[in-house]
Amino acid sequence: MQPKLILLTEDIIERILDEAYQLLLKPGIKVNNEEARDLLASAGAQVDLETNVVRIPEQIARKALETAPREFYLYDYDGNPTVKYGGDAVHFDPGSSGIAMLNPETLEHDTTETQHLLKLIKVAEQLSQYDAQSTAVVCHDVPQQIQDSYRLYLALLYSRKPIVTGAFTNKTVTEMIDMLAILAGGHDAAREKPRAIFDVCPAPPLIWSNFASGNLIALARAGVPAEIVSVPLAGAAAPVTLLGAVTQHTAECLAGITIHQLAKAGSPIVWGGAACIFDMKKGATPMGAVETAMLDCSYAQVAKSLNMPTHTYLGATDSKLVDAQAGLESGITAMIGALSGINMISGSGMLDFLSCHSAEKLVIDAEGIAMAKRMIEGVKLHTETLATGFYDDNINFKGGDFLKQRITMQLFRKEQHLPSNVIDRDSMRNWKEAGSLDTYGRAKVMVKQLLASYKKPELDPAKEAALRTFMLDLAKKAGMNELPMIEETPTLA
Amino acid sequence: MSEELYKQMAQSIIEGEKEIAIELAQKSVELNMHPLDTITKGFVVGVNYIGDQFGLGEAFLPELVMAGEAMKAAVAVLEPELLKLGEAREIMGRVVLATVEGDIHEIGKTLVGTMLSASGFEVTDLGVDQPAENIIGKALEIDAHLIGMSALLTTTMVRQREVIEELDREGLRPRIKVMVGGAPITKDWAEKIKADGTSEDAVGAVQLAKRLLGKE
Repeated sequence: MQPKLILLTEDIIERILDEAYQLLLKPGIKVNNEEARDLLASAGAQVDLETNVVRIPEQIARKALETAPREFYLYDYDGNPTVKYGGDAVHFDPGSSGIAMLNPETLEHDTTETQHLLKLIKVAEQLSQYDAQSTAVVCHDVPQQIQDSYRLYLALLYSRKPIVTGAFTNKTVTEMIDMLAILAGGHDAAREKPRAIFDVCPAPPLIWSNFASGNLIALARAGVPAEIVSVPLAGAAAPVTLLGAVTQHTAECLAGITIHQLAKAGSPIVWGGAACIFDMKKGATPMGAVETAMLDCSYAQVAKSLNMPTHTYLGATDSKLVDAQAGLESGITAMIGALSGINMISGSGMLDFLSCHSAEKLVIDAEGIAMAKRMIEGVKLHTETLATGFYDDNINFKGGDFLKQRITMQLFRKEQHLPSNVIDRDSMRNWKEAGSLDTYGRAKVMVKQLLASYKKPELDPAKEAALRTFMLDLAKKAGMNELPMIEETPTLA
Repeated sequence: MSEELYKQMAQSIIEGEKEIAIELAQKSVELNMHPLDTITKGFVVGVNYIGDQFGLGEAFLPELVMAGEAMKAAVAVLEPELLKLGEAREIMGRVVLATVEGDIHEIGKTLVGTMLSASGFEVTDLGVDQPAENIIGKALEIDAHLIGMSALLTTTMVRQREVIEELDREGLRPRIKVMVGGAPITKDWAEKIKADGTSEDAVGAVQLAKRLLGKE
């Protein structure tokens, strides 16, 4: 039995849906993309040509929910379905789109470049807790026009895992879809076994921008999975109440799914977000707040009532360092996300309101994720009798009796998560002999080990060459004659 | 032929397969393989491997214990054969193990016993709650080279010192070496009570015992 965290009664979920449908009509949804407005209008929605506000009748949204797939998979480079979107499957990936990275030596937040993204990819690649890679940070050493496609390019070159990504413009989303097709062996193959999913963000309150709507339409038509990342800020860009913010989130998701399914019914789309409360003292968007996690757990329940696949942003912290606050916020929220049965939980590795990444934090968060994943495996029945079968004739009434049982050897790895060296369970003496390191110190050691043990995946040479040519061509069009020398990039100490 | 069998023997220990280890030991007897070769070229290789893996953090306590148990079982088959040949496996040393008086914790001590046995020591494990006279009496009785004492409680670890002081009074040291262990035991403590050494885990205890008895 997978344990579940339930915050909403069925009654309340019904009221959320009812009011969300009301919001689709009044005040309506502001859709700043002509094609999206046309799609909605031809389905029967009423468009205000002056304000771009569209009133979407409930039945149009309900029809979209019917055609949206209940589940689908992301595939790794080798074509294995390793990430399931749908039901109560739970996966984690590192947070996306950071602009800085914590330097483990200076503790400064360095502006991110190619080397930083590679470091994060190499570390996440070797941690089984991360079911997917993300395009974790923006590389500021390439022109803005290719910053999104270039991140995906690096992830495709340096990882075998599925990738959570996103495009920054309506032009680049097409280019990125083309890149996926190159590695998949054509657009049909890319659609059949999608490797990546694209985050698409409505703007709160109740706005689908020109760019976001355009992305939804392009992704739907390409059959490449889209992930709605709706970000109500409770108290600022959404109602202050958790239920109010969840209701707005519901309306934004319903509108997005409607546009998406009208563009191409049956294309895969995810009910996701980075919902957050608004901090009334600092005017900040705390990702580590418990109410943030409660918003996510709640909207996931709404999504599940509609059989929609789910995504959220948890497992991050607002701390600037990998410290106690980082540990408690990341660990607790990762646990809440897992207990909510959310299909993809993004955010690990991130500090400072999702702006800064840390490879060291990734290896620490992996342990929090492991705890969360162990938790949702639940308490299992492994043996015919619960206990009596363990007490055979060899029982000496001694403490070590059970260590000598074959079944102990067979089952201990199933019953217990065996933590990495980041978790300290040493004796005082061994701990001192190992240098009296704190968690961050141990994580630094592990990151160095992972960077040393990393092996770049061997990709099909022809496809890899085609991908490199494609990227170089994009770079040239953006005024950059060669790509950063990634092969020679020294790994950060 | 025997090379392949040695490999299987090592593997049976690594996998903690006691029954298979016994079968292989019996097979080696039928094939007239020398029991000492069987032990040192076959089974010991497995014990050493699992000990190394444990030290690296790749193997875990259940695997270590099962390997030790399988080793003990295999050696039990081979020892009578050695005696028949008028030989004996070189005993690394005779050890008395006990948890000190007032303390009933013994998981760690038992593990040490298993690993010492598996490594060729002759181990007499007195169990828990053992007063100094029992420990010393048994050591004299079997002419032990080494006493290993365990204590889990900070209130009972002082008993380790009493045993050592008694040994000194009787003039039994350095003939009998003493190693101490247990959760609260530190290197400083071992030095303070004039023990000959301490180790953090069972694999380290075997190394320590070998070092103390000059069997490295």
